[in-house]
Amino acid sequence: MKISEKDVAYVASLAHLELTEGERVRFLRDLNSILDYVDRLGELDTSNVQTAVVADVQGVVPDAGRDDILEGLRKSLPVDVALANAPDSDGTFFRVPKVIER
Amino acid sequence: MDTQSLTIDAARSAIQERRTTAFALADDFYQRIEKQDPLIGAYLTLSKERALAKAAEIDALAASGEVLPPLAGVPVAVKDVMATRGVRTTAGSKILGNYIPPYDCTAVARMESAGAVVLGKLNCDEFAMGSSNENSAWRPVRNPRDLSRVPGGSSGGSAAAVAANMAVATLGSDTGGSIRQPASFCGVVGLMPTYGRVSRYGLIAFASSLDRIGPLTKTVTDAALVLRTIAGRDPMDATSADLPVPDYVAELQKPVKGLRLGVPKEYFGEGLDGEVRKAVEAAIQKLAKGGCEIVPISLPHTKYAIPAYYIVATAEASSNLARFDGVRYGYRASDARSLSGMYRRSRDQGFGAEVKRRIMLGTYALSAGYYDAYYLKAQKVHTLLAQDFAVAFSRVDAIVTPTSPTAAFKLGEKVDDPLAMYLADIFTVTANLTGICGISVPCGETKEKLPIGLQILGKHFDEATILKVGHAFEQN
Repeated sequence: MKISEKDVAYVASLAHLELTEGERVRFLRDLNSILDYVDRLGELDTSNVQTAVVADVQGVVPDAGRDDILEGLRKSLPVDVALANAPDSDGTFFRVPKVIER
Repeated sequence: MDTQSLTIDAARSAIQERRTTAFALADDFYQRIEKQDPLIGAYLTLSKERALAKAAEIDALAASGEVLPPLAGVPVAVKDVMATRGVRTTAGSKILGNYIPPYDCTAVARMESAGAVVLGKLNCDEFAMGSSNENSAWRPVRNPRDLSRVPGGSSGGSAAAVAANMAVATLGSDTGGSIRQPASFCGVVGLMPTYGRVSRYGLIAFASSLDRIGPLTKTVTDAALVLRTIAGRDPMDATSADLPVPDYVAELQKPVKGLRLGVPKEYFGEGLDGEVRKAVEAAIQKLAKGGCEIVPISLPHTKYAIPAYYIVATAEASSNLARFDGVRYGYRASDARSLSGMYRRSRDQGFGAEVKRRIMLGTYALSAGYYDAYYLKAQKVHTLLAQDFAVAFSRVDAIVTPTSPTAAFKLGEKVDDPLAMYLADIFTVTANLTGICGISVPCGETKEKLPIGLQILGKHFDEATILKVGHAFEQN
C-alpha cells in the first residue's frame, strides 16, 4: 500500500474536499491500485531525459512573450454580468461566509 | 426531402436552392430529438430560441438570393463543455447545474458565423472525465446502435447525436480519446486536431496541455468542412497557433498513392479484440490496394502511455478544477458557516465520484515529496513518447491503428473498476500527450453489428493528410 488512510485525509484537505467515510475507503483502494499501475514508469531510466513542453515542440505560439497590453484584449465584464451567476452577492460584491471569527 | 442521411453540403444546397428552409430543417431535427432522445439521452439542453433565430436569418439570406456561407442552416449541436452565451452550460456536472455563460466559446461562435444552427448542448462525462459517458451527473447516454451499450466517452452525446441523426454534425472535445473513441463506438467520423490548431477559448478546462476541440460527423468531407470553419489563430487563446488554415476540403481530392502508412506493432498485441484486429487489418489492406505503402514501425514506449497520461491529466485537472469554490458561479452548499467549510462542502456535494478521484490523484502527484516521483517522471516519459513519434514520422506520412481495443461495451460493465476504464483509452492517449492529430473513421462491424473504428494519426498540423487517407478509405 502506497497510500494510507492518513494520506487520503491529508490530500483531501489540500484539494478542499471533505469526502464521506465511504468515499475515503473507496479512494484509498482506487488510488493504491492506480498508483501500483503507474509504478511501471519506474522501469524506465529517465535520468538523462528532459521534460517535454508541447508549445516548445511546435514553436508557433506568438503570444509566448508579448508585451503587456494596458486594457487587456477586451474590456472586463460589467459588474451585473459578472455577478449574474453568483450564488450570493450584494449587487456590487460576491458575498461569502465570514472569513475571520472575532 | 429525406433528412436521415443528410450531410453538411446537402443541407446547405437544399436551403440555397429553396427546396427546404433552415427553419423547416431545424423543426424536423427537433421533432426527431423529441421522439428519439428519451431513449438515447444525447441532449442536456435545447437552445431553440437561438437556433430558430439563426435559421430565420439564413432563410432571409436565401430568399434574397445571396450565396450562403458553408454551414448555412446546418443543424449542429455542441458538447456541454463549451460555453454558449445565454444557454445553460453544465460540463455534465451538478456543480455547474445552473451556469449561464456570459460569452461564447470561439469554436461555437465560428460555427454560427459560418451559418450553422446550434440545436442544443450535448451530454458528456462530468468535466469530460470518462470513457463511457456514465459519469454524467445527469444521465448516461445510450449507444444508438445498441441501447444496452455505452456510446463511449467523454463526448458520448456528440457521437450518439450524429449516429442517430439528431444533428448533422457536432463538436466534441478530446483530452485522451474523447472524440475518437465515441466516434468509433457509434460508427461515425471523429477528428481530433493538432494542439493549437483550434482555439480552446470557452472550453471548460480539464487538462490544458491535452484538451482539443474537434468535429464528429457522418463523413470525412464534413469533418474537413467543420475543421476549416473552426481552425486558426484566436487572440483569446494564447496557445492557438498562428499558422495558415489549408482548404481541407480541397485537400481531400489529392491522391493518396505513394503515401507511407506506419503500422505500429505495439497497437496489435495483447488486449486487442479479435474482431477489431481483423477489421483494422482488412482496412489497412484496402489502403495498400489504393496505392499506400504499408510500413511496419515500432512505438516502443506505448505501454507507458496510460500511466504517464493519468498522472499528467489528473495533475492538470486538480489545478484547473480548483476554481470551483462556490463563490463566483456554480453550486454553493447552503449549510456551511465558515469560508473554508463552504469551499469543501460545495465541492463535496457538487463534484461526482470520478472527478473527485482524479482531483485526489492529481493533488497527490503534485504534492510535496511526490512531485519528482510522479509528475516529473511522467513528463519525462512524455518526452520519450514524443521521440517515438518523431522517429516514426521521419519514416512515414501517417500511422494507422485501431481506435479502441474493443467495440462498445455494456453499460455498467466497467463502472466499478476505474483502472479497467482508463485502459479503454490505450490507443488514443499518446496523440494527446504528443500534441499530434488523429481521426477515427468507421471500418466495419462485429458479428453483433457493433461499429469498429480505424484510427489515423498524423504529424503536427498535418490534418490534411489524415483527412485525405480517411476520405480515400471511406470512398472504397
